Amino acid sequence: MSIEVRNLSKQFGDFAALRDITLEVKSGELLALLGPSGSGKTTLLRVIAGLEAADAGQVLFQGEDATGQHVRDRHVGFVFQHYALFRNMTIFENVAFGLRVRPRNFRPAGAEISRRVNELLKLVQLDWLADRYPHQLSGGQRQRIALARALAVEPQVLLLDEPFGALDARVRKELRSWLRRLHDDMHITSVFVTHDQEEALEVADRIVVMNEGRIEQIGTPDEVYERPASPFVYEFLGKVNLFHGRLHRGRAWIGGIEVDAPEHTEAEELAAVAYVRPHDIHVDKVANALNGKGAIAAHVSHILSVGPVVRLGLTRDDGEDKELIEVEISKERFRELQLTRGNQVFIKPSRLDLFPAQIH
Amino acid sequence: MTVIALPVSSLAHRARPTEEPVWVRWTLIGLALAFLTLFLFVPLISVFYEALKKGWAVYIAAITEPDAVSAIQLTLTAAAIAVPLNLIFGIAAAWAIAKFEFLGKNLLTTFIDLPFSVSPVVSGLIYVLVFGLQGWLGPWLAEHDIKVIFAVPGIVLATIFVTVPFIARELIPLMQSQGTEEEEAAVVLGARGWQILFRVTLPNVKWGLLYGTILCNARAMGEFGAVSVVSGHIRGSTNTLPLHVEILYNEYNFAAAFAVASLLAMLALVTLALKTLIESKNMQNDKGKNR
Repeated sequence: MSIEVRNLSKQFGDFAALRDITLEVKSGELLALLGPSGSGKTTLLRVIAGLEAADAGQVLFQGEDATGQHVRDRHVGFVFQHYALFRNMTIFENVAFGLRVRPRNFRPAGAEISRRVNELLKLVQLDWLADRYPHQLSGGQRQRIALARALAVEPQVLLLDEPFGALDARVRKELRSWLRRLHDDMHITSVFVTHDQEEALEVADRIVVMNEGRIEQIGTPDEVYERPASPFVYEFLGKVNLFHGRLHRGRAWIGGIEVDAPEHTEAEELAAVAYVRPHDIHVDKVANALNGKGAIAAHVSHILSVGPVVRLGLTRDDGEDKELIEVEISKERFRELQLTRGNQVFIKPSRLDLFPAQIH
Repeated sequence: MTVIALPVSSLAHRARPTEEPVWVRWTLIGLALAFLTLFLFVPLISVFYEALKKGWAVYIAAITEPDAVSAIQLTLTAAAIAVPLNLIFGIAAAWAIAKFEFLGKNLLTTFIDLPFSVSPVVSGLIYVLVFGLQGWLGPWLAEHDIKVIFAVPGIVLATIFVTVPFIARELIPLMQSQGTEEEEAAVVLGARGWQILFRVTLPNVKWGLLYGTILCNARAMGEFGAVSVVSGHIRGSTNTLPLHVEILYNEYNFAAAFAVASLLAMLALVTLALKTLIESKNMQNDKGKNR
């Protein structure tokens, strides 16, 4: 079932949680809502579920307006960050709950409920815990039970609020790939909220990056990582270096470098910022080795060698942009250059994105 | 990894956060025990001692004579009406306060506490003022031949008033600490309001609810001040157990007074025992269920 959100706005007192959000989730897709805390991602998820009412805008399921529909009539599966398992019920009863509360005419018989619950417990690989209580389970187990419980009512849509947020790093990684596999098997339209970019990049088909109640970018993990649409997305997803410079009629000058900026042909003497990923920077000991016009001179101020990559912290010699420039090069290249602290190097971005400087 | 052996004495040192000398500790314990003995145990034992001083026959006679039986019946009736009503009110109020946001929530919380902060005599007088012959509703009630003050309804009303906070007060913090996530989970799964209340919310607070009910019951049966004002002390008709004790005592009928009082004392002991039992149950539950 597809989900459509049109012009949603929601205000909590003076705080605008959602500002005019429009979004489409395709049928069978696994979509991530990614953003820092307070970006409105959880509010958006809760509005889609019907747990929160928007001030304006519409929510449509499969093209049908569901804005006025009560939560219980929307038939969504919802997984809470802190699991929200019923503490007074066994695991079996937790999963059976959605079936047991159905009106008499729609309620499956006892044997059928048993069969379904056991099937789901097997699906989440926890059938041996059926008689336990939630407090006897680990966090990861609880979260899987929460998922089984949500799936018991055969929802058309699965909504997950920071599903792995309360788990430790190892369990989180495990559950993440498990969720991906589960989704590939079931093809249920799913939306999950996360503030963890790695999680979103790894699991989702598409990512919606949110900030201050707005959508910054929608795209595949590759798109949002490789071609961030805004400075915010650049800074939120992965490391990035900022180079200040200026733009003029399709050309940009950053330090000693001149580059083409075809998307800014109408810019007239504009202050600009170039965003460059650490692995998109060429480093050499001699300026001439870098083809193209110009390079930026810098000194190596620290070296951090982790696995196959070496991270360099560089200080610019021209004194512009005081912050350390972070560069990632392969260990091989690092050996080739024979760099030590204090060496002078020349750098040149191999790929950069220009944005007009924000006036502060 | 190297294991560093700590001297045993330093470990023992660290295990005790307080380092009071033996005599200080025993003085404190002794003081507490002496106080409890003097002010609690001795009076409690003396109640039973006085009640049984003249033998079982007198004791049985005192609690089976018609006026005493009628007092017991009235006390049970008042509790049987007040406790269920307060149970419903307490659950409703706690549910509203803990799970919803609404205007005037703080005011409601304050009002629930009112019976705790006001003297029971004053609450009794309020009822006389409202329902009494000279009261606001007095003439209307007299016209329709409804007796509230100096009759059973007045006693029930006064009992309800003084016991309002017990259940609500017990449930509100408990429900608040549990949050609303489980209820949200239930409603997403398709549960209706009543189903959520009976399958999720109430089972989660069952021990607190039982605890509040027992305290509420103890107070309902033991209330003196408010009931005294509205009852009119009509023997065999509007006398509750505590009032009956007072009358007997004022008549210098000590054996009978203490015999009836011993019933109330036993109620207190049973209440305490139940309360302790529930608390230990509750603690076991909490230990496991707190994440």
